[in-house]
Amino acid sequence: MERLVQILVDAVSVGSLYALTALGIGLIFGVMRLINFAQGELITFAAYTLLALFGLPVPVMIFGAMVVAVALAVFTERAAFRPLRNADPTTLLISSFAVSFFLQKLLILAVGSRLKGLDFLPALGHEVELGGIRLQLLQIVTIVVGVVVLIALTWFLKATRLGLHMRAAAEDFRMARVLGVRANSVIAMAFALSGILAATVSCLIVVQTGVVQPRMGLQLVIIAFVGTVIGGLGSLSGAALGGFLVGAGSILLQASLPPELRAFREAFVFIAVALVLLFRPQGLIPARGLRERF
Amino acid sequence: MSFGAPLLEVSGLVVRYGAIAAVRGVDLSVAEGEIASIVGPNGAGKTSLLSAAAGIVTPAQGKIAFAGKPLSGLVLEDVVARGIALVPEGRHIFASLTVMENLLLGATVRRDGAVPDDIDRYFSMFPILAERRRQPAGQLSGGEQQQLAIARALLSRPRFLMLDEPSLGLAPTIVDQVYAVLRAISGQGVTILLVEQNAERVFGVANRVYVMSGGEFVLSGAATEIRGDPRFDAAYFGVGMHAAGWATSGR
Repeated sequence: MERLVQILVDAVSVGSLYALTALGIGLIFGVMRLINFAQGELITFAAYTLLALFGLPVPVMIFGAMVVAVALAVFTERAAFRPLRNADPTTLLISSFAVSFFLQKLLILAVGSRLKGLDFLPALGHEVELGGIRLQLLQIVTIVVGVVVLIALTWFLKATRLGLHMRAAAEDFRMARVLGVRANSVIAMAFALSGILAATVSCLIVVQTGVVQPRMGLQLVIIAFVGTVIGGLGSLSGAALGGFLVGAGSILLQASLPPELRAFREAFVFIAVALVLLFRPQGLIPARGLRERF
Repeated sequence: MSFGAPLLEVSGLVVRYGAIAAVRGVDLSVAEGEIASIVGPNGAGKTSLLSAAAGIVTPAQGKIAFAGKPLSGLVLEDVVARGIALVPEGRHIFASLTVMENLLLGATVRRDGAVPDDIDRYFSMFPILAERRRQPAGQLSGGEQQQLAIARALLSRPRFLMLDEPSLGLAPTIVDQVYAVLRAISGQGVTILLVEQNAERVFGVANRVYVMSGGEFVLSGAATEIRGDPRFDAAYFGVGMHAAGWATSGR
């Protein structure tokens, strides 16, 4: 019984992490039809910011990571993606790989490719007892952070003027502009939000693994991207659900597969993805009105 | 009837998509307060002309001026702030957003506090929208969506409203309602440019009618003249118009 609850909590916490990552990808895709693999480097840069600020008070470290991720997100949009705004999605995709590789190599050049230990918030590694079941504090914190960020993002999108503009632009960008919605503000805001999501994920993953390395973000983003595809590209609830399912699913597989098959759990995840795409090619929660951007 | 100074002035307009010229040198002047209409068959270039005036496509040649100022160089989202609103072909309502959210988006460029009052006004003009204000707009019928698209466009408080085929796909009684609303809007001083395939409808409401075919105006004049003009059918369907030299007549 205890083991089962522990596995479920682990699955939900890893699912939350991937849901947040997938949301970052989904937000940008929604308004720009861009699959931004450079989201991974936002996570990596935020992690290295934590490393650089190590020793300062924790809130300062977290704030620093947020600022760096948001600034980098907005800067990549200005420098790399804005000039290509009317290009076709393939061009955008390739340029996002270019940005991703560029930032990754830049980091390797600056700090080397070696893995570095970072003992961030070690207190979260302790176990707590909830109703007679021992759970890792970090997993509970991850779930709580995931839920809070999800609620805050939903509130922003539903209750604010800019949130309304973003939803309108995601559905029909040209019509939104005809009504006066500013393309630049909407896109910059989407990138800024993806930066906040990336920094959040970064803090949690650093606590979990205790290390930083230049490729850490890209690995996360590729799996999370699979999640957004399962959920339905262009739909935010789909991205959150898809990311969650991929993350939670891989933990459940890890726990339920016989030991000799565990090394192949990713293969099982991708089989599940192939099945979803076979039977629901639009994803679990298809996006409405995937029109061309203008 | 006499109208004010020209509000929209288009001269020598050419719109191209790659090698294809959709609009081939059109001059158009819409006076303040009038209802002008462009009729013509599918593919005549009507939508391209409106798209250029709304800032959606950049003209290959020619000039568009609004209230005496050129529109060229404006980004798309700044055109509506000048007082130009568009009800596009196919309505383009935001299907996943509520009726209320669609209306609020119509007032994006406004900074005054009267938006809620205006929304209430359109709710009394279109009671079905009030009833369904919290529903996703995608659940509305075609006629209701058209009402929503018109109310949304009017919420920017435009001086000039362009409508692209507002009667397309609607039942005749609904079209009557839509046209009644257009007359009411015109009565409030909004200048209207109406594009339709359905020419008969237009004669009942427009002051001036332009017949467009093959990217050019082939016939134009007061609605009352055009209606009885024996050349109308030929112009509309493009039968031998160039041979008869009608392309330049009737202006």
